[in-house]
Amino acid sequence: MSLLRKEHSVLPGFGLSLGFTLAYLGLIVLVPLSAAFLKTAGMSWDEFVAAVASPRVMAAYRLSFFASLAAATVNACFGLIVAWVLVRYTFPGKRIVDALVDLPFALPTAVAGIALTAIYAKNGWLGQWLEPHGVKVAFTEIGVFVALTFVGLPFVVRTLQPVLEELEPEIEEASASLGANRWQTISRVLLPELFPALLTGFALSFARALGEYGSVVFISGNMPMRTEIVPLLIITKLEQYDYRGATAIAVVMLTASFALLLLINLLQKWSRRHHRV
Amino acid sequence: MSVHATNIRKTFGAFTALGGVDLNVPAGKLVALLGPSGSGKTTLLRIVAGLEQADPGSGPISFHGEDVTNVPAGKRKVGFVFQHYALFRHMTVFENIAFGLKVRPRRDRPPASDIADRVQKLLKLVQLEGLDARFPTQLSGGQRQRVALARALAVEPKVLLLDEPFGALDAKVRKDLRRWLRRFHEEIHLTTLFVTHDQEEALEIADEVVIMNQAKIEQVGTPQEVYDRPASPFVYQFLGNVNVLRAPALAPTVGAPALMRDGQLYVRPHDIGVAPYVPGFTGLIAEIRSIHAAGPQARLTVEQLPGRELIEVELSRAELVGLSLNLNDRVCLRLRQSHSFNDDYEI
Amino acid sequence: MAAAVTSSLPAVRPPSGAPLRATHDPRWVRWTLTGLALVFLAFFLVLPLAAVFGEALRKGAGAYFAAFKDADALASVKLTLIAALVSVPSNVVFGVAAAWCIAKYSFRGKSLLITLIDLPFAVSPVISGLIYVLVFGAQGWFGPWLIEHDYKIIFAVPGIVLATTFVTFPFVARELIPLMQAQGSEEEYAAITLGANGWQTFWRVTLPNIKWGLLYGVILCNARAMGEFGAVSVVSGHIRGETNTMPLHVEILYNEYNFVGAFAVASLLALLALVTLVLKSIVEWRHAQARAV
Repeated sequence: MSLLRKEHSVLPGFGLSLGFTLAYLGLIVLVPLSAAFLKTAGMSWDEFVAAVASPRVMAAYRLSFFASLAAATVNACFGLIVAWVLVRYTFPGKRIVDALVDLPFALPTAVAGIALTAIYAKNGWLGQWLEPHGVKVAFTEIGVFVALTFVGLPFVVRTLQPVLEELEPEIEEASASLGANRWQTISRVLLPELFPALLTGFALSFARALGEYGSVVFISGNMPMRTEIVPLLIITKLEQYDYRGATAIAVVMLTASFALLLLINLLQKWSRRHHRV
Repeated sequence: MSVHATNIRKTFGAFTALGGVDLNVPAGKLVALLGPSGSGKTTLLRIVAGLEQADPGSGPISFHGEDVTNVPAGKRKVGFVFQHYALFRHMTVFENIAFGLKVRPRRDRPPASDIADRVQKLLKLVQLEGLDARFPTQLSGGQRQRVALARALAVEPKVLLLDEPFGALDAKVRKDLRRWLRRFHEEIHLTTLFVTHDQEEALEIADEVVIMNQAKIEQVGTPQEVYDRPASPFVYQFLGNVNVLRAPALAPTVGAPALMRDGQLYVRPHDIGVAPYVPGFTGLIAEIRSIHAAGPQARLTVEQLPGRELIEVELSRAELVGLSLNLNDRVCLRLRQSHSFNDDYEI
Repeated sequence: MAAAVTSSLPAVRPPSGAPLRATHDPRWVRWTLTGLALVFLAFFLVLPLAAVFGEALRKGAGAYFAAFKDADALASVKLTLIAALVSVPSNVVFGVAAAWCIAKYSFRGKSLLITLIDLPFAVSPVISGLIYVLVFGAQGWFGPWLIEHDYKIIFAVPGIVLATTFVTFPFVARELIPLMQAQGSEEEYAAITLGANGWQTFWRVTLPNIKWGLLYGVILCNARAMGEFGAVSVVSGHIRGETNTMPLHVEILYNEYNFVGAFAVASLLALLALVTLVLKSIVEWRHAQARAV
């Protein structure tokens, strides 16, 4: 421990706290995670490619990627509006609405999954009105998109809110006094100021959607090649005792997630530097 | 272009920020709005700019005779410089300055090459040549202030409004920049109104000073006028150190004709002469309580003898040496200049 | 004079439509945006919540309460509580230790450590379960040894606890680290110079300062621990009455077309979510108050 330390501190407990932190982190997170990579390392390259690039898996990647992208985009647009309304305007019940935004964080995903299915199924709350018009939501790609939008909803709102609150009203006044109309002020001054936070929220929402399982499996119908998401494919392989195949797909997903995590960290650093004056 | 604002009122809930004030800024002059914080000066400036709306029943506000009361901020042709600059952080210095030109409707917008020319001219004017590609975060406070000024000037305003332009800078930069602003004003002669709480700043660079207190204007005049002939005890106290001597203490000793029986006498520390004590002197007599000789002027604290009031005196160091004073020495005081106000005036 | 002016001039009002204040949007913009936001939230948040309770009570209160008399349902509630009772305190101890060493000392690799702590958030819940299967499952690293000594981790309670701990791992730490970094160490130094030892300093100075942040982390951690589905689903084995947590029990009932039962158990979890949101709002409010003083 003393090797790691840069300077002496009079506060006791460095060795104890860091030792415990590293041991716990190692046992709970790092060792089990490394098991996935080590297991894959035992596969031959052809075996690996066969497992992660079969047509069924490719279809699942496509669905997971595009449905997550669509959900994150919708969340970025509406999240911006929700954050703007919550910070700038007043209306009755605002505090309740503000608290409710976190519902997707608090509501178990399985509960969200069956609730969304009950709403959008053929005879469901909204489904019975939509299906006669040819709009099928449950058991289609649209259903996957709806569930992913639900789980990613709070991210954009919660990353934008503090940035919007700290934005000085003076920059809008400066823009207005220089002759810009309201739309020019929003598009040229406000949105560029908010952009790093908006992008961070989008990336967080996208990352969450990629890995989501519980809320999707009920509404997607899980048809191979059509409505099967990547996490579901891992479960399917496990149920067939194909541990290697499941782990190989998991490694592909983990790599994508870690790249996203790295990107999000860089984004946050960028947005912090951007906002330090 | 002159600015006239008549009977401007503004309340925020129960708080009165402006209680019906009239403001006149003559064309081409540099006018200071001076007052303590909360006196309403920034609110008045923001109302002139159109960033804030006066209460109903106020007004009108006119620029060179033209009523602008209902004209929105962006169309008033004012340049506004914010206290904390409010520069756009995601834009370079160049983009910040060019902003007001680029947001014009297409038919009024100058071509890109003209915009670039004008930005370069402005950068030269504010002495920031070569910094056009920097971002605001890469500039010092004084540089940011000048970018904000150039940005405001780019739209060729008819009136320049500055809110505490030097408030966020440290003492040295502050002094340099305010002299620069004075010279700058002499070059371009743009009607300018600036807000400050620093009396030294206002007196040093303004053509005219408007002194505000508690939502009202106390006095308007040239720096010399307001300093030499303050219209109220507030103005007297706000524009420098002052001794307030109570009448009963002075009555037996001073024969000041202007002094009412229960009035107060205002004397600046440098308007008091000190002489060695001579027995039989009938004026103010005091004993030395402290001597501070550091700094350009020496400062004495003396205790007036029968009245027991403490009085501050400023004199040159040469004078101090000539008098060779010690603590508890007895001295005679002479008031070279003093003021009294006919009471019912609250400070 | 002022009265004369007021009576002789008409009241000044902004021209209809656009307000004069630069930061204010015109009324139609405010109403449109507020309307859009509320409709969006109504469809994606309020409707699902209403659906849970609506479906649960579809066949009346009798059928609703009958769902809780089932022994398997009660067993799932018990297991969910056990998983939360073990994983939340473990992660609290870890969060406090991690925040202490990160906020109070400077050492090599600190930013890497912070990133690693966030790692479980980036991992899909399904993979969180899978990695424990790879370590402790019958085919896993310790599988043969565990079978030999007759220990069961996967498809048993320990596996469920481990997976839950993994997915809730960062919650407390990531609340406390920025909080303790912002607070600095001056108060702790003061306590040490006044003669307090390390534990006294921690219990009497540090802990009171971080209590709201800690509570906030515990609330979020607990909500996720009780509601986790994907990770637990992989390691549980779905043995009724033994290795089913409440979310897994919801799934089983739903797949058996026992919709009222599934939504009844789900309504309990939804209530838990609502309580979480209320507590969270209260803590946020108290925290803001404590900071304002």
